[in-house]
Amino acid sequence: MSQTAEANVKGENVIPTSRFRSFFRQLLKNKVAFSAFVFLVVIHVGVFLGPFIWTVNPDAVDPANALASWSAEHPLGTDDLGRDVLSRMLYGGQITLLVGLGSMIFTVLIGGLIGSAAGYFGGWIDTVLMRFTEAMLSIPNFFLALVALTVLGKSPMMVVLVIAFTSWMEIARVVYGETLKWKETEFVEASNAMGSSSMRTLIKHVIPQTIPSIIVASTLGIAWAILTESAISYLGLGIQPPTATWGNMLQNAQQYIWTAPILGVLPGVAITLVVLAYNFLGDGLRDMLDPKHLGK
Amino acid sequence: MIAAGENKTVEKKISQQEKNVLLEAQHLKKYFPIKEGMFKKNKRYVRAVDNISLKIFEGETFSLVGESGSGKSTLGRALLRLQEPTDGRLFFQGEEITSLGKKEMREIRKDMQVIYQDPFGSLNPRMKVSDIIGEPFEINRQKSGKEKDKKVCELLELVGLDPERRNRYPHEFSGGQRQRIGIARAIALNPKFILADEAVSALDVSVQAQVVNLMKDLQDQLGLTYLFIAHGLNIVRHISDRVGVMYLGHLVEVGEVEEMYERPAHPYTSALISTNPTPDPRAKREKVVLKGEIPSPSNPPSGCRFHTRCPLATERCRKETPKLTPLAEGRKVACHYPLI
Repeated sequence: MSQTAEANVKGENVIPTSRFRSFFRQLLKNKVAFSAFVFLVVIHVGVFLGPFIWTVNPDAVDPANALASWSAEHPLGTDDLGRDVLSRMLYGGQITLLVGLGSMIFTVLIGGLIGSAAGYFGGWIDTVLMRFTEAMLSIPNFFLALVALTVLGKSPMMVVLVIAFTSWMEIARVVYGETLKWKETEFVEASNAMGSSSMRTLIKHVIPQTIPSIIVASTLGIAWAILTESAISYLGLGIQPPTATWGNMLQNAQQYIWTAPILGVLPGVAITLVVLAYNFLGDGLRDMLDPKHLGK
Repeated sequence: MIAAGENKTVEKKISQQEKNVLLEAQHLKKYFPIKEGMFKKNKRYVRAVDNISLKIFEGETFSLVGESGSGKSTLGRALLRLQEPTDGRLFFQGEEITSLGKKEMREIRKDMQVIYQDPFGSLNPRMKVSDIIGEPFEINRQKSGKEKDKKVCELLELVGLDPERRNRYPHEFSGGQRQRIGIARAIALNPKFILADEAVSALDVSVQAQVVNLMKDLQDQLGLTYLFIAHGLNIVRHISDRVGVMYLGHLVEVGEVEEMYERPAHPYTSALISTNPTPDPRAKREKVVLKGEIPSPSNPPSGCRFHTRCPLATERCRKETPKLTPLAEGRKVACHYPLI
């Protein structure tokens, strides 16, 4: 691994043995994206494995100990109801990150399906799906999300679905463009000439080509979803207490902004850093997956 | 090698009368509508293939030549229904395939395969060579697992590639090697008919010869019939039994390759052949240089479509479209004043 990397730096011809490995090598070279990647790995591992080490119940109320400063018992202090802030940050992070990932998965599914179907089949399918996409784009999606949550309820799953249904349009357009480009290639026609059904050709030959763009768009999509969830929770329309999320912790903290600023600073900084890291990673991936950068 | 090839050609010529017609087109047309604005109806068409009838015999190599934009590739694709013909009838092995449904057409496709021009664009860059060559088996649910792998190795050996390299990606191969991969994929299902659409045009000359010779060898081993679409007239002469010359969507001349190269009947054929470079620099030849470029197929000239550039054109050529008529044994030409 290190040998081939060295050879590559010297400009010698290196035949990449595996796409994953060459991809990882490129990631190593982009310092900002790599730092963001490492940071995100640490945050995700910490948030999901942390509660196994720090086993304090995040919902355990202790009014006698409310708004306490940091101590051995509560390393990050307690909130207005005397709940342990470290524990709430960990559990809240789980929900926030899961909402981000979950929304991204549904966003990619909806956007990928609509974009690839419109691009590949063309004709009236294209017209109907892409006009629908444009119509969705012209609705202010944050307010649509607020209305939908008010009407449909506020469970975490509902938040995921609502965010996904209001933010799939970007990915649909990206996949649509890529599909239009790739469906004209000779290997797509070759597949049809061999007797492949158009569905199989789409899945086997066209969609795999769009994956780099989907990866970039979905990385940026996670950042967007986390921000949206936080904003919704901050407005009190998202996931409801006592379930902690970084967003509703922020909302809760604003009453104590002068007495216990740490309550607002912690979730605020966490959200900012994670969103920033996802944006850096997305930008880095975009540069790396750009064909002009390949082979460099 | 070449001498043996010529002997074969002679044998083929003799037996052609008894040979079966493998693929036949009757009055085939492929028009592309020109979209003008959003609300206008499509009124004008590009007549890429205009009323072409031809027969391709079993075991022969039929070549289509002509300038860029003459409709060669469109004709090839329309013959295989990779692009739906606008009008006309198609027969494959005596069976009409013009109106077969998608599923029935898929069955027929096993017997008609394509080798593409671009060795970079015709192989999926994200698939291993073994998956690319194994794809026809997968599509037709024929072989799987070890059996498929064995067959893939056999095919790679057949086209002169190292089976050890089957788990690599296309970008790790050179242009000529990729074209061999494309050929291996095309012959995987033991087809009867192969459309070679500019199959060697993208390769450099020395590699062209190798690939063309490979195609000839495979033809002898597997009894293939080729429709060879090409630019290079020397390659066409080397590989073909019969040649069809296209100009602006029309078939202007059809005949045996040697006869046609020696004595072209259509002024356009004559011009094409006279501009073909020969290896002998001292050879004196009369070059027929054509004026101008090929006119737009959306607005073709009246009468004989070649009259705007033809040195022999008369008033009659401007008004009356010549039909493809038999001239001699196995020779047809669409010209009011054929050269022979």
